[in-house]
Amino acid sequence: MENEGGIKKFMYVNRKAPYGTIYALESLEVVLIGAAFDQDVSLAFLDDGVYQLAKGQDTKGIGMKNFSPIYKVLGDYDINKLYVEKESLEARGLTLDDLQEIMYEDEDDDWEEKPSIRVVSAAELRDLMDEQDIVLSF
Amino acid sequence: MKLAVMVNEGPYQHQSADSALQFTKAALEKGHEVFRVFFYHDGVNNGTRFGVPPQDDRNITVQWSELAEQHNIDLVVCVAAAQRRGLLDENEAKRHGKDGNNIANGFRISGLGQLIEAGIQSDRLVVFGD
Repeated sequence: MENEGGIKKFMYVNRKAPYGTIYALESLEVVLIGAAFDQDVSLAFLDDGVYQLAKGQDTKGIGMKNFSPIYKVLGDYDINKLYVEKESLEARGLTLDDLQEIMYEDEDDDWEEKPSIRVVSAAELRDLMDEQDIVLSF
Repeated sequence: MKLAVMVNEGPYQHQSADSALQFTKAALEKGHEVFRVFFYHDGVNNGTRFGVPPQDDRNITVQWSELAEQHNIDLVVCVAAAQRRGLLDENEAKRHGKDGNNIANGFRISGLGQLIEAGIQSDRLVVFGD
């Protein structure tokens, strides 16, 4: 297995809606802990997982914690590759405008603010998954 | 090959708990090394010794405990997931003022860092989930 300088490519694959089950929240907990290990990290959102990034989430009515603001601080943990599958958005009548704006500061480009969310096709996502050392599916 | 296994579903509800156990047994039989088995989400429930499945059914927890003893494999239950679901060892029970603990032989409670480390240290991390 390729392992350049001890850094592995970790991809967290999120396929489920944010609140019907605990997968989304506990996936995010792994991402945050994992950030301390200085690996090459990306997140993928597909199927109902695209709803995890939806704008304007309000969980008062279901008595659960709204954890969606945490996605906005992932850039501070050097996590800035959030791939969203185009086909999953389209199947749900969603566009990029329905998702939260999530930015990071690019240290290689004079700390310019750039969007972390990248909409990719299923074929592109397949190729990205193929490049990974570790794929954790939630 | 050095393998790590992640178990994300509880016993009996989901076959993935059985599949993880069967996979781990098969890998060991083939001479592979199992660096660690990490239990997450409802998978932590595989580590309770208080489960009493019917006599004529398999006992998944007991099989994990036996496997850990025979092959000296590291069975790690995620502390955060375990706290939510009421899986405690002696220390955790004391720390949270609970009147008992239920962790099975061969399992230990630790943090998510153990999962990431298992991914880094192993040739493959195999995830069993829904």
